[in-house]
Amino acid sequence: MSHADHSVAHDDHEHSAEEVRKHINRYLLIGLALIIGTGLTVWAAFIDFGKVLPGGESVNWNVVVALIIACAKGFLVAGFFMHLISEKKMIYSVLAFTVFFFAALMYLTIWSMERSNIIHIQ
Amino acid sequence: MEIPYAVKPRPDTGLYNAKVGIWLFLASEVMLFGALFSSYILLRVGAPEGTWPVHWLNVMLGMCNTIVLIASSVTVVLAWASLKMGQFGRYRAFQAVTILCALIFMTIKSFEYADKFKHYEFALKDGTFVDGHINREKTTVQVPAWIPFKLSDPTGKGVIVIEHAHVVKDRADLMHGPAPLSKEAKEAEERPEKEFAASEVKSFSNYGPWHNTYTAIYFTLTGLHALHVVGGALVIFMIWGPLAKVWREDPVRYTNRVEVSGLFWHLVDLVWIFLFPVLYLL
Repeated sequence: MSHADHSVAHDDHEHSAEEVRKHINRYLLIGLALIIGTGLTVWAAFIDFGKVLPGGESVNWNVVVALIIACAKGFLVAGFFMHLISEKKMIYSVLAFTVFFFAALMYLTIWSMERSNIIHIQ
Repeated sequence: MEIPYAVKPRPDTGLYNAKVGIWLFLASEVMLFGALFSSYILLRVGAPEGTWPVHWLNVMLGMCNTIVLIASSVTVVLAWASLKMGQFGRYRAFQAVTILCALIFMTIKSFEYADKFKHYEFALKDGTFVDGHINREKTTVQVPAWIPFKLSDPTGKGVIVIEHAHVVKDRADLMHGPAPLSKEAKEAEERPEKEFAASEVKSFSNYGPWHNTYTAIYFTLTGLHALHVVGGALVIFMIWGPLAKVWREDPVRYTNRVEVSGLFWHLVDLVWIFLFPVLYLL
């Protein structure tokens, strides 16, 4: 292949060929961490955290634990595989809107479930 | 006229057009799946006590599919890194594994879907419920796998046979599936088959999207996700195969395409990371 040693990196420091080479092991480690995280999620799902952690009657700790692990895995994928920890300012500006509207959507979802917000017509 | 910044990044933003485009698209995708996750939360919290199913899906298959998608995300990023270092052969190999992972994921998913269409719940006139997989060889009436669920039993003597039948008086007892590898899972495997007359059936359906709100949101979420897997894999395949000549003509443009398709693929993986615990485990 005539392009065997032909690097295509442009003047983008973070993504230069040399930088990319240094990140290979990091990508593999993150892959491993994600697989361990998957095992951890399954293991945690079959433990009744309500009996172990405080306030088990009012808080569904299994949901909390599953979401914490999923968020950590999501951070690894978005941060490192999608390079969001070192992305350009304009991408962050776009995603700031997404974060705001996604948070608003989830807030409205949870807010709508509060019993005190439901008006009962007698 | 040549479109500016189609390949080279714009000096002030440091981004080429497609990179901005894909992120705008991914932002809309987050909101699309966000709306469905919101629907899931409302359906689940609004479900009356004892009507929301737990462990209805095969956790082992779901876990396998999660690992398959994670592996494909690693190969996608390694394929892009290989191109950045000018190693086209390695890129080809990594991306072949990605496409293979997409095929494995869809194969496992189709087995899971097929299983739900063979799984029935019959409400009998005596007030009991019979739940399990239908034995088509021993069943002497036509039992549809699609709506409308009506039995055709012209002789009035037809019988239905359910394998490993779970027979209950209270429908709420059907909502808890056994944990994988547990004693209950073994017991469920050893349940005897149950035969009953078609004339005894009051109503029935299989575990398709029409069964209850859980199966409706399960098929909606995983179906939309599966469409993304198929779409993403097709784009990755097109760049990998038919469009590979672009690498010789314009390697930077080609690497950009791989990067953009990879960003989409990572989002598909990201969505599954949340779908798996939400649908299979909680």
